[in-house]
Amino acid sequence: MSQETATAEGGFWSDSGKTGIGSWIFSTDHKRIGLMYLYCVLSFFMVGVLLGVLIRLELIAPGPTIVTAQTYNALFTVHGVVMIFLFIIPGIPASFGNLVLPIQLGARDVAFPRVNLFSWWLYVIGAVIVLVSLFTGGGAPDTGWTFYVPFSARTTTNVSLAVFGVFILGFSSILTGINFVTTIHRMRAPGMNWTRIPLFTWSLYATAWVQILATPIIAITLLLVVTERVLGLGLFDPSRGGDPIMFQHMFWIYSHPAVYIMILPGMGVISDIIPVFSRKPIFGYKMIAFSSLAIAAAGSAVWGHHMYTSGMSDLGVMVFSFLTFLVAIPSAIKVFNWVSTMYKGSISLEAPMLFALSFILLFSIGGLSGLILGAASTDIHVHDTHFVVGHFHYVMFGGTGFAFFAAAHYWLPKYFGRRYEEKPAIIGWVLMFIGFNVLYFTMQVLGMEGMPRRYYDYLPEFARLNFVATVGSWIMVAGILIVLWNLWRGLLKGEPFTGNPWGGASLEWSIPTPPPTENFEEDPVVTHGPYDFKGAGVP
Amino acid sequence: MSHLEKDTFGAKLGMWLFLFTEILLFGGVFILYSVYLTRYPKEFGLGGKQLDLVYGATNTVVLLTSSLFAAMSVTAIKRGAKTATLTLLGGTIGCALIFLFIKYLEWSAKFHHGIYPNSPKLIAGPPGESIFFGLYYLATGLHGIHVIIGSVLMAWTAVMVQREVLHAGDNVTLENVTLYWHLVDLVWIFIFPLYYLIL
Repeated sequence: MSQETATAEGGFWSDSGKTGIGSWIFSTDHKRIGLMYLYCVLSFFMVGVLLGVLIRLELIAPGPTIVTAQTYNALFTVHGVVMIFLFIIPGIPASFGNLVLPIQLGARDVAFPRVNLFSWWLYVIGAVIVLVSLFTGGGAPDTGWTFYVPFSARTTTNVSLAVFGVFILGFSSILTGINFVTTIHRMRAPGMNWTRIPLFTWSLYATAWVQILATPIIAITLLLVVTERVLGLGLFDPSRGGDPIMFQHMFWIYSHPAVYIMILPGMGVISDIIPVFSRKPIFGYKMIAFSSLAIAAAGSAVWGHHMYTSGMSDLGVMVFSFLTFLVAIPSAIKVFNWVSTMYKGSISLEAPMLFALSFILLFSIGGLSGLILGAASTDIHVHDTHFVVGHFHYVMFGGTGFAFFAAAHYWLPKYFGRRYEEKPAIIGWVLMFIGFNVLYFTMQVLGMEGMPRRYYDYLPEFARLNFVATVGSWIMVAGILIVLWNLWRGLLKGEPFTGNPWGGASLEWSIPTPPPTENFEEDPVVTHGPYDFKGAGVP
Repeated sequence: MSHLEKDTFGAKLGMWLFLFTEILLFGGVFILYSVYLTRYPKEFGLGGKQLDLVYGATNTVVLLTSSLFAAMSVTAIKRGAKTATLTLLGGTIGCALIFLFIKYLEWSAKFHHGIYPNSPKLIAGPPGESIFFGLYYLATGLHGIHVIIGSVLMAWTAVMVQREVLHAGDNVTLENVTLYWHLVDLVWIFIFPLYYLIL
């Protein structure tokens, strides 16, 4: 242990007998690939957090504060690109999905292990290209993460390379999706019928379909941006007969479903954690599984709600508004089922559960503010304001981000064989939760009052709330640092974590800790559901 | 599924899912086509008449023939006929190269007439015409890239057939590459009428 940096041992960490970096970056073991994804997405998460803090610092007072306007444009663009394409889209599916999904199905690996490794390589290559684009050519892109034309076709910053990097990342995402769908259809252990699949894996199934069906659209759209810049095809250029609105449609045909790629796995994490820490079978298993598919399906038809002010027929606005409201139904089904699961349960408030509970609250606030944006009349008022930024962060960070940390506290000890300390985890969570609300709720209020998003400067009357929001960002970052430091220290040096201390009933809790490379010594035969604690024989 | 058997059904399922993504990728181009066709029907009509029907029709025949060879190669390998499989794969690749060569002739002729992306002639002309040829180069270019990728994949499988990695008992890779090739063919079957025939 002394000469190795990784102090985790046993199971897949050592049973293949291979060591060194080659045994990781060329490994087809889904657990190693999952961990490599985890390290990558966490690194990019920290980069994104740093950029976010800088944005907030710039906005702490009106006028120039720490950076120039051009740098500020690059900051919010790169913050968005890094957080969305490098952290939150691959975040839960590629890291925890890879770690957990095959085991939850009773499989020894995913259907295409080499494709899985290839998709990680594509992710790394795409990420490197995005990073290179920040420091070469005309400098970091300044278009916002949405790359809207005509500006993205004309700006002198290095948009072409950044967009090409995102194209590669999309390819990686597609391959993960194909792998998961095939694995779920073909690799289930005997007895693992569709109603015994844990809800986390169910959510990944819905996610994978969105990854497969939506990502190609962003691929062609981003290729078109590159061709606009390099070849001058003029397909989005009004002076040549092109229509920039077509870019917006094609961009959001992917990028709206993409928010379900981001949130669905988070909902799956919560669906797995709530019953375990409430000591009660999940309420409405089938409805939760079905609602994941319903969200994926309905969510694919609502992209127009990003474009109410872009120029669309009134009929179009009404249809998209109606469809948007439909998405609220399966989302609410999930929330009600989680709450019903806890009713009369024996709730234990450990770190994974605290993150899961805050997910429910923050996601509900985010979801409800989404309805304000989905209704055309109110959207016109708050369109392109900080209200949108606040809403988005409530859903994405309060939702998926908190679910990511819930998953980390819930599953990582299983893979490292060691656990974090409870107290710092809870202190970190409290700080994150308080800071989060101070930051993003204030943003929503600012937006209501009319502060536009992406602006470098603002009117003096917004100064007080901007100051409050920036202070909130410091509290939240302090919480994040404590949580990550505690995880890092605990997983490498903490108390041993063996057996099934949480008392989970899904298959990952039935195998040794850390799991061996082959996951199961013998192919398992599944005889009970994932939340049938009696059937699994856990108290 | 036991982990010891090779899951050929699963392999094909994965390939079909990938084909969906390809269809959606081209779907973006077809959506732009339909929107801009409604907006500029006259210019699209004029643009379409400038495309060379002989080149387009010949290429359709060439690509359909290549697809036939590809399909026959799957039958051949299942019967254990290695030489026939290799010959048919060679035929497929040969047709692909002919297709690309004809495409090259067609594009060169267009370039010669000053019709290429961002050309002074297109910039000076009506907006709809520029859009039409923009889409024409986009669709045929993207399709051409797929023809190249498909040919490389065919050559790769041919090597594996030669080395008997793929044989009568295990040939799902060849079948998958053939599926991909049929998709490339199928996309052309839509491009050809939309750009060369109906306008």
